[in-house]
Amino acid sequence: MSTPARTMPSRATEIVGAANFTDDPGELAKYAVDGLRPGGAVQPGSAEEVAEMVKLAVAERFAVIPIGARTKLGMGMPPSRYDLAIDMTRLDRVISYDPGDLTLSVEAGIPLARLSDVLAQRKQFLPLAGPFYERATVGGTLASGADSPLRQMYGTARDFVLGMEFVTGDGAQAKSGGRVVKNVSGYDLHKLMLGAIGSLGVITRVNFKTFPLSAETRDWLAGFPRAEDAFAFANSVRKSPLAAQSVEVFDRRTMAMLSAELSVEQSEWDVAISAAGNEPVLERSANDLQTLARNGNAATFTALDSSRANTLQAAIREFPALMEKRSSDSVIVKATALPARMVENVQSFLSIAAERGLPCAILARGVGVIYFALLPAEREIARLTQCAKEMFSAAGKRGICATIVRCPLEVKREINIWGAAAGDFALMQQVKQAFDPHGILAPGRFVGGL
Amino acid sequence: MDRPLLHELEQFLGKDSVLSRPEDLLLYEYDGSVEIARPQCIVFPRTATDVVRIVGLANRYKIPIVGRGAGTGLSGGALARHGGIIVSFARMNRILEIDAENQRAVVQPGVVNSDLNAAVAAAGLHFAPDPSSQKACTIGGNVSENAGGPHTLAYGVTTNHILGLEMVMPAGELVRIGGKALDTPSYDLCGLFVGSEGTLALVTEITVRLTRLPEAVKTLLAIYDRVDGATETVVEITGRGITPAACEMLDGWTLRAVEAWVHAGFPLDSAAVLLIEVDGLREAVEQHAKDISEVCKMHGAREVRVARDAAERDLLWKGRKNAFGAVGRLSPTYYVQDGVIPRTKLPQTLREIERIGKENGFEIGNIFHAGDGNLHPIILFDAREPKQFERAVSTADAIIRFCIEMGGAITGEHGVGMEKDRLMPLLFSEADLALMRRVRDAFNPAGLLNPGKIFPTGKGCGEVRIRPMPQRGSTMTTPRVGGDIA
Repeated sequence: MSTPARTMPSRATEIVGAANFTDDPGELAKYAVDGLRPGGAVQPGSAEEVAEMVKLAVAERFAVIPIGARTKLGMGMPPSRYDLAIDMTRLDRVISYDPGDLTLSVEAGIPLARLSDVLAQRKQFLPLAGPFYERATVGGTLASGADSPLRQMYGTARDFVLGMEFVTGDGAQAKSGGRVVKNVSGYDLHKLMLGAIGSLGVITRVNFKTFPLSAETRDWLAGFPRAEDAFAFANSVRKSPLAAQSVEVFDRRTMAMLSAELSVEQSEWDVAISAAGNEPVLERSANDLQTLARNGNAATFTALDSSRANTLQAAIREFPALMEKRSSDSVIVKATALPARMVENVQSFLSIAAERGLPCAILARGVGVIYFALLPAEREIARLTQCAKEMFSAAGKRGICATIVRCPLEVKREINIWGAAAGDFALMQQVKQAFDPHGILAPGRFVGGL
Repeated sequence: MDRPLLHELEQFLGKDSVLSRPEDLLLYEYDGSVEIARPQCIVFPRTATDVVRIVGLANRYKIPIVGRGAGTGLSGGALARHGGIIVSFARMNRILEIDAENQRAVVQPGVVNSDLNAAVAAAGLHFAPDPSSQKACTIGGNVSENAGGPHTLAYGVTTNHILGLEMVMPAGELVRIGGKALDTPSYDLCGLFVGSEGTLALVTEITVRLTRLPEAVKTLLAIYDRVDGATETVVEITGRGITPAACEMLDGWTLRAVEAWVHAGFPLDSAAVLLIEVDGLREAVEQHAKDISEVCKMHGAREVRVARDAAERDLLWKGRKNAFGAVGRLSPTYYVQDGVIPRTKLPQTLREIERIGKENGFEIGNIFHAGDGNLHPIILFDAREPKQFERAVSTADAIIRFCIEMGGAITGEHGVGMEKDRLMPLLFSEADLALMRRVRDAFNPAGLLNPGKIFPTGKGCGEVRIRPMPQRGSTMTTPRVGGDIA
């Protein structure tokens, strides 16, 4: 923090109250992003206070990072500057919930798990099953662009966020969309906020479409000796008339970490399928899946009871958290490929990791998203970096996108975790300029240093 | 129009790709809405490079430029409000790639929605957005307007099915966003450009997501003696956690108009019908159809018919999708509105629409996407009578204001265009609009791309709405009838 810090305590205290401002170094350590600690942190109690804080930041040229439950602060590139953390966790109310309309409006700081309890009382849910579920906030989950296994059926947040209120980089409170399920009034600006890691605005309120909880769900696990067969089976499920909620493929090491208590036969590769519906639908799904698995050279096919199913689904959801726990130096590369082309990309990554002698774990979503974790046994930044670089280059040669969703800071010094900027970078810069003309929101963290 | 500009356009596009005679211009001064505005010429590019050059010329001559698909839009989106060049994508109508294995297709913007559907049906796939104009409307137009349709209740609107775009920006550069794979590391630019009503870029190629055709479909027709019975049914179906593929309502007046023409089998003495479709796995469809029938009867449906085969189902849908042709036989001019409300507010909103109609001396028919609360009141008026059109517009405005009071929005699928720009402040604050303007100006700084759309201009509506652009030989001074409606 440089000179502007002197004005921060008095002004921030005026805006949010003394109890909601801190410049205590111990406290501020909690808000450190990639080793950089802000000069102050506030916990605003309203969108107006957020806007006032951003206006203060504009006036003083403070760089601001909006923060939720601090579960994914390691995302993105290291900030180029960082003066003020805006901690959104006090903004945690349900503003309105109309179960009959299947619509919901919440403040951004509400934790996913708490929201899920509210919805469950009315037999509804939000398919926003992001990692760090117990603590992660709605705002942070949306800003981080986290996806979930449920995207197989429900898509990602862009498919069920109806509207948003946010504070832009000039301190203006703005909104887009609305609270009805169908709406084309004005530009869908809120979509830009998704996955932008706070570089365009501070999300203060989100309107969602909610979904009815099914009477029953069932889960199955099919084990395969070969990756080709596992991915081919996932593909055959995707192409069948069955409406699976999630189709996830993972390797033996992932399986071992996901759950020790599942007590199913060990396979090199597993495919977990989840389906929802009434009894006849689930019976039919069970039969069809078993046939598909058998025809697809499955070694095992297991129907999971609900307790094992819940354990497995929660573990799949928490994959990034589990990798982090396993090794603080873990690197998770995310690559998106066409669904039928996933296996060749996975195998190319596997051979790179093997050549570099790095243990790895894989989780792939049937829709075409691969999470490939490198799990070094000891601290070996150079090898990790080299391996990640080679994976990026292999992905580039296949024309697929690869990014790093988590890695040690030292790796970020050697490699741009977003990959090379693409042909749309000029458009991104124009968007950034329109939302954050002074460049004070999370500067440097997003693609191309935005 | 500038002779040198026409000459330059003709030089690189060819004479058969540029229209500028008054009788040609007349055909492009309207779309499916009640708006009129005359362009100065229409061009027909064949490639993205053509579009780049057209945009370059427009910039050099500082003349507005407006993209156009089939012109079936209902809010004036494809009209040259301030004159200029209309870029028709009619000749960029090739399906470039169908990747059935990965459920993707790459198309040019002029591909007709139902042509794409016909092309992928054999692979067991479809492009889910199905506006009622789908036999004519183009994927490019669907993208610009973020088009909906009856089946968007379960499948989502256009934006949920677009993965990538190639676009010519207003300054003339050709850019690609998104692609066949998911989650491109970038801002969600597709999310911004889809539904931007042609004000941010001209789309030259579209990558769409294709959806598996359902294994089974059941279409139900529920017949009511009370409108409230129908609206209450819709509320309860959702309340029970059932999401039908489609849930459409026709009120008594509309169903009689439709029946007289299409003979879909709607009983003439009923007050309302619901057309409900469920699809998916056979087992799910059976159960949902049973549950829905039960709900319909609980709310006073005197009869629930289930279409026995594809022919019966097609006939019911023909009644729904051709409704506006049927209305056109009864009234020379009508004005179709497009408002959204939370679906639980359907009963009181329909009562209010009836009251507003009576108060203003209009007959108002209702045919709409009940399941997602997307209303389409039809106001019949006589354009020959002075002031009738203005009164129809103010009646429509009263309905939209009520929708907003109910927590709704000013348009569910037709777009703001030049029809509702003046209503935007009812929904959005100065700050909201200022940000949207900043975004538009970031991409379209000279304002040459589709000017006069979405943003309130401060002009009186009647003035802009009715009078065509000053142009020699204009004879049309009355508004037109609306076209198909999603």
